[in-house]
Amino acid sequence: MSGVRVLVGTRKGAFILTSDGKREKWDISGPHFAGWEMYHLKGSSVDPNRIYASQSTGWFGQLIQRSNDGGKTWEPVGNKFEYDGVPGTHQWYDGTPHPWKFARVWHLEPSLTDPDTVYAGVEDAALFRSTDGAQTWQELPGLREHGSGPRWNPGAGGLCLHTIILDPKQPDRIVIAISAAGTFRSDDAGKTWRPINNGLRSEGIPNPTAEVGHCVHHVAMHRSRPNSLFMQKHWDVMRSDNVGDSWQEVSGDLPTDFGFAIDVHAHEPETIYVVPIKSDSEHFVPEGKLRVFRSRTGGNEWEPLTKGLPQRDCYVNVLRDAMSVDSLDSCGVYFGTSGGQVYASADAGNSWNAIVRDLPAVLSVEVQTLA
Amino acid sequence: MIRVVLPAHLRTLARVNGEVSVEVSGEPTLLSVLNALETQYPMLRGTIRDQVTHERRPFVRFFACEEDYSHEPAETQLPSAVVAGKEPFLIVGAMSGG
Repeated sequence: MSGVRVLVGTRKGAFILTSDGKREKWDISGPHFAGWEMYHLKGSSVDPNRIYASQSTGWFGQLIQRSNDGGKTWEPVGNKFEYDGVPGTHQWYDGTPHPWKFARVWHLEPSLTDPDTVYAGVEDAALFRSTDGAQTWQELPGLREHGSGPRWNPGAGGLCLHTIILDPKQPDRIVIAISAAGTFRSDDAGKTWRPINNGLRSEGIPNPTAEVGHCVHHVAMHRSRPNSLFMQKHWDVMRSDNVGDSWQEVSGDLPTDFGFAIDVHAHEPETIYVVPIKSDSEHFVPEGKLRVFRSRTGGNEWEPLTKGLPQRDCYVNVLRDAMSVDSLDSCGVYFGTSGGQVYASADAGNSWNAIVRDLPAVLSVEVQTLA
Repeated sequence: MIRVVLPAHLRTLARVNGEVSVEVSGEPTLLSVLNALETQYPMLRGTIRDQVTHERRPFVRFFACEEDYSHEPAETQLPSAVVAGKEPFLIVGAMSGG
């Protein structure tokens, strides 16, 4: 019997939501790590019982937890993230040089082939890798040191590396994104990197088409077509069909093209989902209506998905890592809100139900499809 | 043996209830007690002080015998009542956060 496991990270703990393939009745476990900020949890596609979790607080710093039984039990593993060599400086908010300093892990990305290999995207922006099940971490310094690092500057949430995409067809290819530096690609397993921001236009920076400095919020890829990338930038929804060598805007008829989350249908590589947010100064959905927008044409033409979602007096946000899809025959789509709701659609977004309504503010949602 | 009181979150992390006791060889100092604590409970590494710089985390404080040791040098010796086990060494999560 197939099923799904939804891993939810919140401001005050983690929750695990499970259901069978019908996705009608849900069991909810948690809070795990009550009181801690759980920026991200993600399971290995090779061994779904292997789950990694990023746990932190302002008091006690960063921990990494690992489960080998699908989230029933956890053990703390390595949490030493030491930059390679002398880390130097990046730009601070006022444009002055600021020493690189580790703050937290935003995103954990397990390898597609080895359950003991996992990548961590951290603040201040850098990419780390572990090959021993997260017991020890080593930086891939070629990213931070490729040349543009001193010009990177933090977004409002910090200088965070929040997106890690591993190419299922080309194992040495990694795409990452940093707020507010942009998108970068390695074709040699993380040794060397180059910015891939050609075509992005950001009016809020001195040179709107600069090589780096763009506030990329999230990037998504379909496993069957890894050359196509979809991006929710601070403003603008973008796509690339050459692994980021160039980007085109596909915001089209969206009511606003500001937002954080973006994802791709599990079986339809041209069907993408975003949750438009009113603006960068008003981090909530426009008109008090919670609407997921779906494009079946790879962008430009969008339809609002509203059935089962509140259409009045709703002022929540949906963060960059808080949307995910399952790969059951009828693709499930999931997202969590700053109001603590986790919504699920078992019919590719046509209709929605709240799995749970009153969690702490949701930071991340990841879905595992279980055999 | 040095008695150590941990904040609630770190007791949960270390899977202990109440006080813990750590053995310190030589004269107990802030540094030697923290080293012994992290040796006995490795999951606490990085939670009280930064793993790379060994700086105390800003929202963690150290107290002993009603004195604040948070800003004292790492080699500071702990008071005799703590060394004798009559008083605990307190690691406290600062009250902050609104």
